[in-house]
Amino acid sequence: MQNVLKIILQRLALGLLTLLVVSIVIFIAVNLLPGDFAELILGQAATPESVASIRRDLGLDQSMVTRYFSWLGGMVTGDLGTSFAQLNFQTNLGGTGGKTVAEQIAPRFANTMFLASVTAMIAVPLAVTLGILAALYRNTVFDRVANIATLSSISSPEFFMAYILILFLAVLNPIFPSLSNIYEGMTFGEKLEKTMLPALTLTLVVTAHMMRMTRAAIISLLASPYIEMARLKGISPMRVIVKHALPNALAPIINVIALNLAYLITGVVVVEVVFVYPGIGQLFVDSVKIRDIPVVQACCLIFAAAYILLNLMADILSILSNPRLRHPK
Amino acid sequence: MSDPLVKIRGLKLEGRSDEMWMPIINGVDLTLNRGEVLGLIGESGAGKSTLGLAAMGYTRDGVRISEGSVEFDGIDLLTASAAVKRGLLGKRIAYVAQSAAASFNPAHKIIDQHTEAPTQHGVMGRNESVDDGITLYNKLRLPNPETIGFRYPHQVSGGQLQRAMTAMAMSCRPDLIIFDEPTTALDVTTQIEVLASIREIVEEYDTAAIYITHDLAVVAQMADNIKVLLKGDEVETADTRTMLSKPQEEYTKSLWAVRSFERPAKPAINTGATPVVSIQNVDAAYGTVKVLEDVSFDIHEGRTVAVVGESGSGKSTTARCITGLLPPTKGQILFDGQVLPASYKARDKFQLRQAQMIYQMADTALNPRMSIGKIIERPVQFYMGLSGKALRQRVDELLEQIELEPDKYFNRLPSELSGGQKQRIGIARALAAEPKFIICDEVTSALDQLVAEGILRLLADLQDKLSLSYMFITHDLATVRAISDEVVVMKDGRVIEQSAKAEMFQPPHHAYTDLLLSSVPEMDPDWLTNLLNERGVDNIGDAAVDKM
Repeated sequence: MQNVLKIILQRLALGLLTLLVVSIVIFIAVNLLPGDFAELILGQAATPESVASIRRDLGLDQSMVTRYFSWLGGMVTGDLGTSFAQLNFQTNLGGTGGKTVAEQIAPRFANTMFLASVTAMIAVPLAVTLGILAALYRNTVFDRVANIATLSSISSPEFFMAYILILFLAVLNPIFPSLSNIYEGMTFGEKLEKTMLPALTLTLVVTAHMMRMTRAAIISLLASPYIEMARLKGISPMRVIVKHALPNALAPIINVIALNLAYLITGVVVVEVVFVYPGIGQLFVDSVKIRDIPVVQACCLIFAAAYILLNLMADILSILSNPRLRHPK
Repeated sequence: MSDPLVKIRGLKLEGRSDEMWMPIINGVDLTLNRGEVLGLIGESGAGKSTLGLAAMGYTRDGVRISEGSVEFDGIDLLTASAAVKRGLLGKRIAYVAQSAAASFNPAHKIIDQHTEAPTQHGVMGRNESVDDGITLYNKLRLPNPETIGFRYPHQVSGGQLQRAMTAMAMSCRPDLIIFDEPTTALDVTTQIEVLASIREIVEEYDTAAIYITHDLAVVAQMADNIKVLLKGDEVETADTRTMLSKPQEEYTKSLWAVRSFERPAKPAINTGATPVVSIQNVDAAYGTVKVLEDVSFDIHEGRTVAVVGESGSGKSTTARCITGLLPPTKGQILFDGQVLPASYKARDKFQLRQAQMIYQMADTALNPRMSIGKIIERPVQFYMGLSGKALRQRVDELLEQIELEPDKYFNRLPSELSGGQKQRIGIARALAAEPKFIICDEVTSALDQLVAEGILRLLADLQDKLSLSYMFITHDLATVRAISDEVVVMKDGRVIEQSAKAEMFQPPHHAYTDLLLSSVPEMDPDWLTNLLNERGVDNIGDAAVDKM
């Protein structure tokens, strides 16, 4: 167990280091975006003086290195900064200060996590079960149908799948609402109902990967001597797969699941737009449009952290699934 | 007399290769009565394992039964439904595989795998089965029988796992067990314990068994009857004693004769001659784990030093020190009287050329994507700087030296060669550097006896022609007897005995050497019984090693 703890700590440190490097990349990339918030917000009224004054107010006139470190310092202490857009409106309306980035992102992020969780709850068990069944009935009609169905769903554009689902499950058979505009104060049940269609769309998108990996990881083990041994002990085919092959196939399956979960957090803009779902993806796209740099940077960093954290968890779970590491000699 | 337990008639099996079905077994009959042990012997590729599995009504992927019948206790296994067969497998017919380490599921504890068959077949409950497992572990003399089952397979040694697997096969008290080379992967001292345990338990429960092996001496200890297979055909069948004393067929006689290859003794070494390789007081470690301690021995020109010992005794590590792959922490290696740099990185081309290696697994030691010609060309180019016509000529010459026709083999890939041919390519590759000294690391242990003998004869011829020196790493004492001039016995990273071969095989020797020698099965069917009577179960195998 000592061993495992050491590996986990190492991975954690490595994850933090990666995050630091990613933060530099994000900062540089965002600053390379053409256009500038001051010019954009002033529009026709952009005189050199007013632009310079806004830039000064926002700290955009300082050197990139200074700005990076002040941003990083803020991040580390949990201060994500102040949204340019909010700041501006507040000042114009004579308000006393802007809405912070954290305040803006928090509810959106919570919504995204909710959608991702609901999707994961449906997609992961579905994909793993389908994968196991496909491995069990490999090369049969069932296997082929499952493969073709999941492959087609992953090959079609997300918005197309979304509209198909809306057509069948909202318009022709009004089972779920076609708009998923969830807001604070809704009960869990209401939220769940509103989230169902985007969740189903995303399920269709992510299932294929996980199912095919489950199937492939299990089948690759079926030629091993211990699987032959299990068969020669007269164990039923289902038990051979679930009890003897699956535990040894977990590592690659976990990794693909982690990748897909990360995708659910970071890559669902299109689905959010189609269903008008107030997630972080839409906020991100809107912020890029108006060059609201603090929000863009914070979103990027959250996406990066989600990727790193999920992969870290996948690593740790893979390690824990290996009895050689759990129980050293 | 009652009906036989297993009745196989005219069985033909085919295997798929390149979209074609090729025959593996061409019509074999087999009859096994209750409580009887049948030995199935032959070279690899003879179809022993395929036949053994077919006796369970099982074929591997890519193999099919094309003709014949397999009956177990009156049940036709070829027409029986999958469910009926599942009901027999594990319960009435059990299997013990060659590599226990690979055949135990790494994800589950040993006892959970032991109890699976009894609980799944409804023979007994889990608790009852655990208790029964402990009883069996006791009978098989596993250390800590109460707790060993609660470990994971990787936490238990190979010999112990092999016994645990025998216990697992016994868990439902089957009528028939198929033993598929159960001791091939084990050291001699471990093998002898496993053999004794298997024989005892099979006798106690009056279980019938098919014992598959390529080792004649082993089968002589285990079987009542022996069936010899060659390329899918039965050569002959007889009871063990008749088979050993009066083999009828030429092929069987040739199998028996393999062990008789022995080189004549060479004259004694000139005192004062400079050895080709001299290992002086070498210590070595992997990280902080010390693996060699004060190892010293010399290898003279034109002579073969066999380094003997069990796995983990430091034989291969010594080779790694000589080649500079693992720089020693203490001591030095001399070549022709000159000190070699410790690491291969610091050695020049001439020094590198002088010590070449031939590996145990020719399969993995040859690049599968390079043709034979290219594999041998590389070192010729690298060390000798030849190119063009001269290069091709040299490669042809090397191929002729290893008795393979250059034109036929130059463009082939390693996968198109047999195990023995691959090992010959390994030899040619080593010779390409024109070395004075070659390290042979278990070069024959993956080969069948006849093929192995061919390799040994080739090495001996090359030695005479090119006055090569060999360091011959092996755990097989028959090989030592066949080829060596001097013998070094290693144990736990130390040299515990070194002498000329004749002295080594003459008593009195070191207690450990004695144990090694006495653990090598002999062709006498009473050998194991006599040894057990003489020494008792606690003075054979690992139990005896532990006492030292």
